Amino acid sequence: MEVLYFAWVRERIGLPKETVDTQALTVMELVDELRAREERYALAFSDLSALRVAVDQDLADFDAPLKGAREVAFFPPMTGG
Amino acid sequence: MRIVVQKLPFDSGVELNAFTAKQSNMGAIVSFTGVVRDFPNGGLQYMDIEHYAGMTEKALEAIATDAMSRWDLGDVLVIHRYGMLTPQEPIMMVATASKHRKDAFEAADFLMDFLKSRAPFWKKEQTSASHEWVASKQDDEDALKRW
Repeated sequence: MEVLYFAWVRERIGLPKETVDTQALTVMELVDELRAREERYALAFSDLSALRVAVDQDLADFDAPLKGAREVAFFPPMTGG
Repeated sequence: MRIVVQKLPFDSGVELNAFTAKQSNMGAIVSFTGVVRDFPNGGLQYMDIEHYAGMTEKALEAIATDAMSRWDLGDVLVIHRYGMLTPQEPIMMVATASKHRKDAFEAADFLMDFLKSRAPFWKKEQTSASHEWVASKQDDEDALKRW
């Protein structure tokens, strides 16, 4: 699964994108797996209320299922316009 | 409907004229242009805009399609830039064409509210001393509830 990071999430983790080998069934399970990896991940995912997630380029919730998902992205609330 | 995501600057006057010329029998054209604003005391070097290529286009199309279904519109234009922008440069524009002004105004307002917090762009302000991500505003999130 491709995992993408944007804005300060990208900066905190230190890379824009990575391929993750995971059996996670939900976004939350994936977050827990990433948190357990290293301090920089734990820091980036310390406050989920400050994060948004997209599954296959559609905004989703943290309890969204990952079955069949190819791409998951984590980012702060958007500031377009 | 025309959705453009680009790095290069654009001329909002030229874009608006082209959009207007394309319409037939539309009595109302409304446009909005967002411009990079400096700090009150100056010092902004760049507004660096990051986006999620792929999702950006999808999200903008979905927002514009939603506007077309809610109001009586003949056409919608959305242009949004990414990359390094300097103060006074246009960031984005929307234009709507309708038979009547109410639909054109409301749809443009709706598009702006959703572009603010549902299109995957992130702004970072760079000065000579620091750079900081622009925080999202609760007001912008609340504005979505109007619709």
